[in-house]
Amino acid sequence: MVVQALAFYLFAAVVVASAMMVIAARNPVHSVLFLILAFFNSAGLFVLMGAEFLAMILVVVYVGAVAVLFLFVVMMLDVDVTQIKHGFLQYLPVGVLIGLILLIELAMVAGAWVAVPEAQSVAQIPFSPGGDVTNTQALGAVLYDRYVYLFQAAGLILLVAMIGAIVLTLRTREGVRKQSISDQISRRTEDSVEVKDVPSGGGV
Amino acid sequence: MEEFLTGYALPVGIILAQILAIVVPLLVAVAYLTYAERKVIGAIQLRQGPNVVGPFGLLQPLADGAKLFFKETILPSGANRVVFLLAPVLTFSLAMVAWAVIPVNEGWAIADINVGILFLFAISSLGVYGVIMAGWASNSKYPFLGALRSAAQMVSYEVSMGFVIITVLLCVGSLNLTDIVLAQETVWFAIPLLPMFVIFFISTLAETNRAPFDLPEGESELVAGYFVEYSAMSFALFFLGEYANMILMSAMTTILFLGGWLPPLDIAPLTWIPGPIWFALKVALVLFCFLWVRATFPRYRYDQLMRLGWKVFLPFTLIWVVLTAGVLVAFDWVPK
Repeated sequence: MVVQALAFYLFAAVVVASAMMVIAARNPVHSVLFLILAFFNSAGLFVLMGAEFLAMILVVVYVGAVAVLFLFVVMMLDVDVTQIKHGFLQYLPVGVLIGLILLIELAMVAGAWVAVPEAQSVAQIPFSPGGDVTNTQALGAVLYDRYVYLFQAAGLILLVAMIGAIVLTLRTREGVRKQSISDQISRRTEDSVEVKDVPSGGGV
Repeated sequence: MEEFLTGYALPVGIILAQILAIVVPLLVAVAYLTYAERKVIGAIQLRQGPNVVGPFGLLQPLADGAKLFFKETILPSGANRVVFLLAPVLTFSLAMVAWAVIPVNEGWAIADINVGILFLFAISSLGVYGVIMAGWASNSKYPFLGALRSAAQMVSYEVSMGFVIITVLLCVGSLNLTDIVLAQETVWFAIPLLPMFVIFFISTLAETNRAPFDLPEGESELVAGYFVEYSAMSFALFFLGEYANMILMSAMTTILFLGGWLPPLDIAPLTWIPGPIWFALKVALVLFCFLWVRATFPRYRYDQLMRLGWKVFLPFTLIWVVLTAGVLVAFDWVPK
């Protein structure tokens, strides 16, 4: 148990520290790299809680795909840090307000634990499905059996959002020559070459 | 004190020994993969390949390693130092970490975890960070272009790789790598899922930035792509990481499609050969195909590479997932 506790404090400390660095780093690319570190250590926390499927999916989806595109965009942008710092005071009140709301919410969560000590047992570990069912199977049973219609509906909503994004950004440019591989392959000698009998001295 | 020894020191010692037992042969394999690559391509092009250092040139990898070790490490003045040095270390350590879950024989994996195949997929999807970080931190145009190409390419081919893995998982009913191998006792998945096997092999070529998909390091246009600015040991770490990734991908192909440590047929002379040797032979066969492809095919054009990934492989694998699931349900073959 000592090793587990040590691992928990290590992961938790790195998550908090790198989350701080995401907003504190001067270089936006460094911010994204710290964000990735935070994701990765959160996956470690999931593993400690016995939710290994969620941990792996977190790494595959967020670190492996979303953060790559994020990093891609941030690298391409030429972000001028001094210009961002310039508008800092202007947005300060809004930022402080949002921070305050989050702080109050956190205090309410902690307060609920103090007021109702029994709630702590629920919060510590996600309930285990019982028996020797792996958590991949347990998640599958919930998502694809009990909530299958809601799950499908969520998928459809995402599909609509994706189509919407494509339609909004689609633009057809004039004069672009696209390669059509089927045309190239189906081309025959008769379509492209014409054999002519040229009389000597006559020209074509 | 005694409790500390048996409770903590002993398990840690055993784990360290296990790690050494897998990393040392792996590094030797990486060194001799570079030798095999030069010999095989030499033979295909009717040349000798390395034949000067040692008998048949067998000491060539050691000579190359010693040369890289004694070279000067150059840090470009415009580079972002920390990220620049972190990138090769990340590439190399990720290529090593993934080996923790590879079962070389029944029960021989360091960590036989329930989500083994997802772990492999997650680690291989992290490989792109080494490349992007190297390209960005070098602060130079060719590495940056190489990194952008590589990132787009690796993300694209991961999608179809994911679908190929899903078809295999449908036939197995478990994410555990040992279970995946044991499910192939009657027939290797390379036979019923032949198209998926071919697509997976091509995707691994793209995923490891190997020819004919080696645009990120295309020497005729980008000098050497994302590692132009690297020299000496930092370059060597990239090199080792890349070749270790090739071996890892071959091991993944072996486990998913070629029956891991199982002999081809369950009959007497074949079952006498121990499992790890079968595993090594199969990995070597897939690696030979990697080298063979490199010596045979010209490099892809970038738009054709993207077309192949998104417009050919993705729809094809998606249809195949549905088809496999349909067949399994229709004939009541769904594994329990």
